[in-house]
Amino acid sequence: MNKLLAEEIYYDMVLGRQFELAAKEHYMAGDIAGFLHLDIGQEGFSVAAMKAFEKGDVFTTYREHVMAIARGMEPKAVMAELFGKEEGVSRGRGGSMHLFEPALFFYGGDAIVGGQIPNAVGCAYARKFQGSEDGVMVVFGDGATNGGAFFESLNIASAQKLPLLFVCENNRYAIGTEITRVAPFERQAKKAEPYMVTMEVDGMDAVTVYEAVREAQTLIQQGHGPIFLEAMTCRYEGHSMSDPDIYRSKEELNICKGKDAIEQMEARLRSKYGLGDEAISVMRERAEAAVDDAVAFAASAQEPAVETLADNVFVERRG
Amino acid sequence: MLYREALNRAIDEVMAIDETVVVLGEDVGRYGGSYRVTEGLVAKYGEARLIDTPIAELSIVGNAIGMAMAGLRPVAEIMTANFALLAFDQIINHMPKYRYMSAGKITLPMVVRFPQGVSRQLAAQHSESYEQMLCAVPGLRVLAAGDVNYAYHALKAAMLSDDPVVFIEHELLYTKKGEVDFDAEVDPFKARVVKAGDDITIVSYLKMVDDVMAAVPEIEKKLGKQCEVIDLCSLNPVDYDTLEASVKKTGSIVVVEEDHKTGGYGAQIVSWAAEKMFYSLDEPPLRIAGEDVPIPYNRTLELAAIPTPESIAARIVAWAEGNGA
Repeated sequence: MNKLLAEEIYYDMVLGRQFELAAKEHYMAGDIAGFLHLDIGQEGFSVAAMKAFEKGDVFTTYREHVMAIARGMEPKAVMAELFGKEEGVSRGRGGSMHLFEPALFFYGGDAIVGGQIPNAVGCAYARKFQGSEDGVMVVFGDGATNGGAFFESLNIASAQKLPLLFVCENNRYAIGTEITRVAPFERQAKKAEPYMVTMEVDGMDAVTVYEAVREAQTLIQQGHGPIFLEAMTCRYEGHSMSDPDIYRSKEELNICKGKDAIEQMEARLRSKYGLGDEAISVMRERAEAAVDDAVAFAASAQEPAVETLADNVFVERRG
Repeated sequence: MLYREALNRAIDEVMAIDETVVVLGEDVGRYGGSYRVTEGLVAKYGEARLIDTPIAELSIVGNAIGMAMAGLRPVAEIMTANFALLAFDQIINHMPKYRYMSAGKITLPMVVRFPQGVSRQLAAQHSESYEQMLCAVPGLRVLAAGDVNYAYHALKAAMLSDDPVVFIEHELLYTKKGEVDFDAEVDPFKARVVKAGDDITIVSYLKMVDDVMAAVPEIEKKLGKQCEVIDLCSLNPVDYDTLEASVKKTGSIVVVEEDHKTGGYGAQIVSWAAEKMFYSLDEPPLRIAGEDVPIPYNRTLELAAIPTPESIAARIVAWAEGNGA
């Protein structure tokens, strides 16, 4: 990884963290409502995976703000969506869980656990059919690997040798239920082993994630067929703002925080790329300013007009 | 007592008297339920009877059916109606049909519970209502708890019933306060006259009952007429006797529902009124329902997509004045 890319990944991780902290603050202040699932703690995976899978289509879950921004969505447009404004990426219709930008090959933002996986299989089929080589990446959590949609997708993708990268972001908790209480093992890659090549990475280490996703995408581009990548991560916050998060011990959380992806990347920038305090703080300040701008933009953006309620239910309005 | 506490109490009491009752669902055990309905029960009854499942809705209901076949009385909790769609194969192809297909040799004494409806800005994949689909399937009892006392009694009755029951709750009702008359005998299939009145029959269910009640003072003031408000409680079967008595008295019927208007549940009630009560009606029935749009995130749009106390009052006043009611 060259210095420029390392800096870019670091910057987007800091931006993501700052964005999520601002979202939390504005949720508490009542500017953001509904379900808000913060990515704090998982930025290393979110940013590095998006940067690595630069070309190709991405499908993900409701915990997607940081991925969307790393993919190229404007923080302003994402924050405005969280504020429910017309200038939001989904014009205030979708909110936190439903960020879409086909121009960036980013297909959300699905709030039904596992629901996006079969869609990604279909997309991968279409890309193969269309002769595109870049493939599709679908991100889901450990909880989704217990559902039927997941197993059906493994089967179809492998039977048809589709250009699809399955990525399980394993933070070990489905809301309050620890994965090992509802699955026979902690690493969900085991479930994919009969179907395809599997890889496991430390999701708290952005460089490792980046390299693994690059390697996987390269194989997919060479016609290898589907690959399963599991990244062990840790969310520092509750499942959503509605979750009191009383089921994990402080020690467990502290161990996670000791592996903080942003701190690891910062240390690497210093030791490997020779960045000093000033260079680091310039990046941090730039990220903070971008988030301040995003919040100011969202706060002053327009409310959608009630007359537009039925916009986009159909392409063609009838009756 | 809060609505969710009433539900908790109902489950607790039946679990205490019947060891065959088990509860299964996502986070129902140690976590105490997403809406705290099963709070504290795992400590009392253990993890074999409060089963934390994976996120696998089809299996939650499918397994509950198998448990019921084998002699248990399962209560399956689905986190929200939209997630119940993943279990609809089991809810529609299996749960209502085993008894019929087996000529009564198999019975499924089970309950599937979930909340539905527009809460607060949960957007299109977490805000819908599916009673209209469920009531279109013969073989399911469909109860809708809009009231704390009813919630307690009806859930107990559902758990004690030998037929499969879909028990619908509403996301915004869990913290609703109300009195529970523990000694009362409540028929879960009987509609509830929430407020008596002589001039306009308003039929509703779930949270819309509260919104109708909030609209009533304005309607009565503007029209100088009295509203009779009926909570259907049981959506299938419907207590048409209570509706008939009311319509005969008032000569009118208004149905207020939160689901989308096209194909919505209230059409069944209006269809009944048109077929059976035509000569008792002094004016055409009125249906107030949600718009035919997915539920948007933005609060203003969200409220524009469903009936509110203000829109209910305005629509009923306009209808009554336009029809000289």
